[in-house]
Amino acid sequence: MTTTREQGSDERVRHVLEFPGGYTRSTGPVIGRFLTGLRDGRLFGVRMPDGKVLVPPTEYDPRTAAVLGTADDDWVEVGPAGTVTTWTWIAEPRADHPLDRPFAWALIQPDGADTALLHAVDAGEREAMATGMRVHPTWRADRTGSIKDIAYFAPGDGPAEVPPSETDLEPVSMLTVPSRLEYRLRGGTVWNRFIDGMAVGQIRGTRCSTCGKVYVPPRGVCPADGLPATEWVDLPDTGVLTTFAVNNVPAAGAPEVPFVCGYVLLDGADIAMLVLISDVSWQEVRLGTRVKAVWVPEEERTRSVKNLKWFAPTGEPDVPFERYEEYV
Amino acid sequence: MGNRCAVIGVGQTQYRAKRTDVSLAGLVREAALRALDDAGLTFADIDSVVLGKAPDMFEGVATPELYLADALGAAGKPMMRVHTAGSVGGSTALVGASQVQAGVHDRVLAVAFEKQSESNATWALSTHSPFSASLVVGAGGYFAPYIRAYIRRSGAPGNIGMMVAVKDRLNALRNPYAHLKIPDIDLAMVEKSMMLWDPIRYLETCPSSDGAVAMVLGSERAAAAATAVTGRRPAWVHGAAMRSEPMGMAGRDSVDPRAGRDCAADVYRQAGVTEPRRQFAAAETYVPFSWYEPMWLENLGFADKGAGWKLTESGATAFDGDIPWNPSGGVLSSNPIGASGMIRFAEAAQQVRGQAGEHQVAAAADGAGLALGHAYGGGSQFFAMWAVGAAKP
Amino acid sequence: MTGFHGRRGVAVVAFAQSEHSFSDLGWTEADLVMPLVNEVLATTGLRRSEIGFTCSGSNDYLVGTPFSFVAALDTIGAWPPISESHVEQDAAWALYEAWVRIQHGDVDTALVYGFGKGTVGDYAGISSLSYDPYYIAPLMPGDIGMAGLQARALKDAGFDVDPDPTPPPATDGAAAVILAAADVARGVCPRPAWITGLDHRIEPHSVGARDLTRSASTRQAALRAGVSAGPVDFAELHTRFEHEEPLLRRELGLEEDTVVNASGGPRKADPIMATGLIRIGEAAARIHDGSARRTVAHATAGPCLQHNLVCVLEAGEEAGEAGED
Repeated sequence: MTTTREQGSDERVRHVLEFPGGYTRSTGPVIGRFLTGLRDGRLFGVRMPDGKVLVPPTEYDPRTAAVLGTADDDWVEVGPAGTVTTWTWIAEPRADHPLDRPFAWALIQPDGADTALLHAVDAGEREAMATGMRVHPTWRADRTGSIKDIAYFAPGDGPAEVPPSETDLEPVSMLTVPSRLEYRLRGGTVWNRFIDGMAVGQIRGTRCSTCGKVYVPPRGVCPADGLPATEWVDLPDTGVLTTFAVNNVPAAGAPEVPFVCGYVLLDGADIAMLVLISDVSWQEVRLGTRVKAVWVPEEERTRSVKNLKWFAPTGEPDVPFERYEEYV
Repeated sequence: MGNRCAVIGVGQTQYRAKRTDVSLAGLVREAALRALDDAGLTFADIDSVVLGKAPDMFEGVATPELYLADALGAAGKPMMRVHTAGSVGGSTALVGASQVQAGVHDRVLAVAFEKQSESNATWALSTHSPFSASLVVGAGGYFAPYIRAYIRRSGAPGNIGMMVAVKDRLNALRNPYAHLKIPDIDLAMVEKSMMLWDPIRYLETCPSSDGAVAMVLGSERAAAAATAVTGRRPAWVHGAAMRSEPMGMAGRDSVDPRAGRDCAADVYRQAGVTEPRRQFAAAETYVPFSWYEPMWLENLGFADKGAGWKLTESGATAFDGDIPWNPSGGVLSSNPIGASGMIRFAEAAQQVRGQAGEHQVAAAADGAGLALGHAYGGGSQFFAMWAVGAAKP
Repeated sequence: MTGFHGRRGVAVVAFAQSEHSFSDLGWTEADLVMPLVNEVLATTGLRRSEIGFTCSGSNDYLVGTPFSFVAALDTIGAWPPISESHVEQDAAWALYEAWVRIQHGDVDTALVYGFGKGTVGDYAGISSLSYDPYYIAPLMPGDIGMAGLQARALKDAGFDVDPDPTPPPATDGAAAVILAAADVARGVCPRPAWITGLDHRIEPHSVGARDLTRSASTRQAALRAGVSAGPVDFAELHTRFEHEEPLLRRELGLEEDTVVNASGGPRKADPIMATGLIRIGEAAARIHDGSARRTVAHATAGPCLQHNLVCVLEAGEEAGEAGED
């Protein structure tokens, strides 16, 4: 999860959703056996109870949910060549597609199979594609037990030369699948006005026109009433700590452990906000402590919540419990 | 409300840190098949499938009901995918039951799962918007401040959480499906474990588990047929409800949420429960961090406000107490996030069916007992609960 | 035979949709929902507290953040706490869940909403994550690739379709509907759109194991919903791709003179996860405005029409007593 901030008044942020290293998927025996076959440069299908051969094999019969592939006899080598049963031309491949030149997606029914598998066909040009054409797999040299061990299918029957592979490997039981999606997000008008305030050391909230409650961080809609909360309120940066926790679990972007986070009810607000507490040892933090915001020096401020570094005790007397106990 | 609905089959998988022996389909299939076998049925007997799980980022498979339709025998049937944050397992059971109560279907297969080892639960829960001021990391960091507030409000002594942690893990030793098995767990061991988010220690925290649970929910006619075939009695739904409240509302109480109280009140009203502590023989409640037991004891009306910790302290909620809580070991012992809520509902059903094996609470199986299943999620804002009993409502 | 014997009559009594935008105007998903919820409440005169059940549909992957539906809950005034649920599916399925809930008899009204910001993410990439995670997703074919495979198959089978589908417009938008039972419906809406048929069915996932020139689940759902029990004046179909229309027309058994997608359909606006609900809303709106007596709405999910929902709506007093025959 990474975010990079682009300059510009509408603050579009690139948000990346990516699990580092990729998802680790255990395959179970049936998918594993098919992928092991791919690693060996061979295509296998599984015979269903009605006699038809399913490629690629799933663990369960699509029609009856019966278990498939439990017996060795159920496994049938198919192809490697096959017939295109339908296709579509991709004139502008994506970076994550199997080919970086125009190609076709196709459903390919390997010889001996009764269903088709989906893959890319490197036909060269759209006019070379036709339903019913013959294709054969082009295998990668470095195969790992993945559908991508087939780099793509090529026109014709072959021969489908299989580059040699390692022998004596354990059957495939695990598949690692990288996954990366990008988004361009905007914070919205309420967020931007809030951040404008943060940029100059001013905490802003919004007040609901119906119930009069003041929210910080600000909301455009009052959660209780479902109606606009559009009146902006400048809030002081002082308040009371209503509850807190001491964190010993390190986290990216968080201060060094142990660090304290807690809820601060700002003077004038009707709901506490979650903030960092610092400039005090964790053993001395108490419920009811009066706190004040510590800001990044003016000359170093940016349009970011991080302008507000944390809240620190003011040294004033603690607030009696009854005055803040409901603000959690 | 509506037609009578019963749990006529329950299936669970082994809960473990990583189920590397199965695919996603294999995991849900294991639970579904066990539930069908328990009900004396096959996939062909099922009219509708309801699938529930937590956010798809956990496994990186979007809208997984589409892929899992084949494994769950859903071809030609209606299929739903419920997502209500942490309470989802419970909501999924309620959505399934709702179809039977409505008279729309006779036999519904409800399944909930998580295979969170395919990524990492802490990462998946932390993928929050770039437009958030939150520094919260992992669920514990979110809930720990509320636990501190509860302790301050109630004046509870500091060891109550640890007592819950020990109790639930000892219960887990009697549950063949449970993830965490710590045979020599005691207060000293818990106290020595690392403090994660003060006041929550490592051994007071739920594990991260892979797993699935399934139930077959049936109409009155389907329940009679199942018992005739298997000899096992159903668990009748006596009350069922969901309640949600806004997460960021000024004036809400995150420690004792009104949505929880209102949800329980609705279930109790339907089930004729006025004294939950006395009328429930057992409760399976969603306690992911130890202190949530005393908090929920109050929120669910088993104890007066401020006195939940006393009930825990007295031993009343222990396996041999008069109101056992989480005899299965609870979320503290097994936590596939999307499934945990349904596991509570399923375990409550097993208690009144007399099918809980070694962790059977005797009083729950006497034919008249009621058991409570409870799930919650989000910022303590989503609640799903049901009351089940062996007697027909 | 519709299978509706003994059911409570339930009608769509209000429908609102956002002014869909094709670029990100800076509205959050929650911002999109709030005015629509207030609009449908105002249309019916119902107070928030009178709504018996609320259900929504959305998808976390559209904005790349888990729990996106939670933010929307904070904009609908869910206080005191409400009976509420959510599906990670198009809100047409949320409507299904709400319709089922009303059948119990103890609640008479439901609020249904759906939303999606389709402009902020890469939907071809996102849609790939819905496909077989071992064999398909790693190749990243996307919804366009899948659609192309079906379009070519239809053309090869003799349908007059363009084999090179283009994507519908990436859209940010939302929709809301209120359902009401029997007498309540008549009290809040001059011409309730009675749901006289509602069913959905899913097919096997693999497109290589299905006949892409058919939509068996649509046919099955249409049969159970009783589409052919009467004339259909307007049909709103969840056709994100144009080649899907002739196939769905055939599987639904629509007459040639039935007007399809008078609203412009998904090719005009496609706020993913609300698009299906909008079909139901638009089909209901034709009854509300008196231009139709009987309409059909369709919603779909999955590669090449894997999962299909069919809803039949009718005007008239008789339709409201469908549950009493």
